[in-house]
Amino acid sequence: MSVLVDDDTRVVVQGITGGEGRFHTEQMMEYGTNVVAGAVPGRGGEEVAGVPVYDTVERAVEAEDADASVVFVPPAFAGDACFEALGVDDLDLVVTITEGIPVQDMARVNRRLQETDTYLVGPNCPGLITPGEAKLGILPGNIFSSGNVGLVSRSGTLTYQVVDNLTQRGLGQSTAIGIGGDPIIGTSFVEALALFEQDDATDAVVMCGEIGGEDEEEAAEYIDEYMTTPVAGFIAGRTAPPGKRMGHAGAIVSGSGTGTAQSKIDALEAAGVPVGDTPEEVATNVEDLL
Amino acid sequence: MGFKRGPVPGTDDMKLHEYQAKEVFSEAGITTPASELAETVDEVVEAAESIGYPVAVKAQVHVGGRGKAGGIELVDDAEEARGAAESILGMDLKGFTVERVLVEDAVDFVNELYVGVTMDRGEGEPVAMVSTRGGVNIEEVAEEDPDAIAREHVDPAFGMHPYQARKAVYDAGVDSDVASDVAGVLRTLYGIWDDKDGEDAEINPLMVTADDEVVAADAVFNVDDDALFRHPDLEEMHEEGEFSETELEQKADEYGFDYVRLSGNVGIIGNGAGLVMTTLDLVDYYGGEPANFLDVGGGAKADRIANALDMVFSDENVDSVVFNIFGGITRGDEVARGINQALGQFDEIPKPVVVRLAGTNAAEGMEILNEDLVTVEQTLEDAVQRAVQYADDVDAEEVAE
Repeated sequence: MSVLVDDDTRVVVQGITGGEGRFHTEQMMEYGTNVVAGAVPGRGGEEVAGVPVYDTVERAVEAEDADASVVFVPPAFAGDACFEALGVDDLDLVVTITEGIPVQDMARVNRRLQETDTYLVGPNCPGLITPGEAKLGILPGNIFSSGNVGLVSRSGTLTYQVVDNLTQRGLGQSTAIGIGGDPIIGTSFVEALALFEQDDATDAVVMCGEIGGEDEEEAAEYIDEYMTTPVAGFIAGRTAPPGKRMGHAGAIVSGSGTGTAQSKIDALEAAGVPVGDTPEEVATNVEDLL
Repeated sequence: MGFKRGPVPGTDDMKLHEYQAKEVFSEAGITTPASELAETVDEVVEAAESIGYPVAVKAQVHVGGRGKAGGIELVDDAEEARGAAESILGMDLKGFTVERVLVEDAVDFVNELYVGVTMDRGEGEPVAMVSTRGGVNIEEVAEEDPDAIAREHVDPAFGMHPYQARKAVYDAGVDSDVASDVAGVLRTLYGIWDDKDGEDAEINPLMVTADDEVVAADAVFNVDDDALFRHPDLEEMHEEGEFSETELEQKADEYGFDYVRLSGNVGIIGNGAGLVMTTLDLVDYYGGEPANFLDVGGGAKADRIANALDMVFSDENVDSVVFNIFGGITRGDEVARGINQALGQFDEIPKPVVVRLAGTNAAEGMEILNEDLVTVEQTLEDAVQRAVQYADDVDAEEVAE
């Protein structure tokens, strides 16, 4: 019915006692997410929003039978928090919201990730949501509606914009995944697209990319070779000058011209993916594909 | 989103100056030429005399291609040293004023190599690089003749094995007489990069002398901004070395905004990098030219919104402003209060402002906005088109005048 999260997902929040962790735990629970535990070293035995806190992720998972974690730990400690979560076998999904994690920390986390079969979404991402069932992260639940369009995006607010365009046309979403704007991330476009391809409840996918890196080009190859579910695309950063970082650490067109919007648009269009000029046009393209 | 630390020093990685990078490299055991930092013409001559001619006088600014731009001179006596100092100190190098020069022993070399370590973002792994085509722009070499650069990926869990350094050096075709020393330099460089959270660490050229010594004649070291909290020594270096930012960039730093100035006349403010980029693209799509990228980040309160508006107003190129906020953790009512606060202080609004609010508390925000001061639009597309039209109107007026 969806990918990665649904109303059976049992969530542990790492960093639940911090301002962000506490606030978004309440927001997630209000949306209907089963937040069953928090994990903060030295704070075991406390409660936040009625949720029991444990000193370690392992204890939280064992005691409350959690299968997913959301990381709201400050950047200096977030790499360690990811390692801790990846070390607990029963966790299938780790969602790291934290922005500003040192790149080398993420390179090590990414290396560790290769040895596990856990999905790590993020870092520097808004999280993911299966509308009407559960959200893990900071997305505003009220703009989403339940339906058959999957969405994967590198950017938070751009996701909201596109979802808004979809929702207003009556195009609900199966699951929306914000994979994050950092250069080194866990779940890639390709992995997210593969999940949607296997999901019976997803009949079309929207993929929102941006300048920098080659993930969109790799996604285009994957779509061309393996996907039967139709995909509509959007690429942000057509007007970005080379050598300037546009907010996201990953969003930079290098001096030698790689990572440009045009190369991504060309790759997607060659794979049969219509790329909208505006978010509004993306919604139109999805309508046509369904 | 959430945990962004306070004001970040610029939107790019923290760059050290050559003299600072050499300090770091030399402390780790890499040989660098004798050198002294100088800020006045007399200091340059004094340094040159004590080092002994010939020396190089090198501008210390964060600009590539300093040599071609006239920022590096080779001098043979005191008179030439004085001349070089007079022309380089205070000169404008691609928009940066030269405040300091490095006076350095000019190494007599037989070969120029390149060694570097960086993060391969595509692979999510560090990569070490060696080439015998040093002393030139390595990006051009990479483009024209990618095989001229030997690359070796490093598993971040293990670090660089000695054999990997040797392999890269042999693959690059470095002379066997110096191969072992060059491999040693590469391993040291990787160690620095790893210990100090480097983004890029480069020696170009790494000079080979007639008696087979290897000397780092230039040095580049850029550090991951996000890791500065564990390197207070590097943060200090950054502060003492920084003179060069433009007024608008300094302002963006003070306010803690991600900001990039562009050449157009439609000012853009929004939340979230992807959405701000999209707003820029739409300005272009509807026939306008974006003046800037400005991301206020997540959860901005009224003061921050007012600062953003102040920032864009102070860019003289800007003729109109489009404010595009899609609230998740950012609340529409806070944004509206910030806009009113910023505009309330003017007798006459300096530049027309178009606002589009969506998401959290957008309706409340629309109520609060004073429509005598701003134009409110419901959709992103309408807001951008309106701002482009306002900018065109200003252009037309200017032409008429």
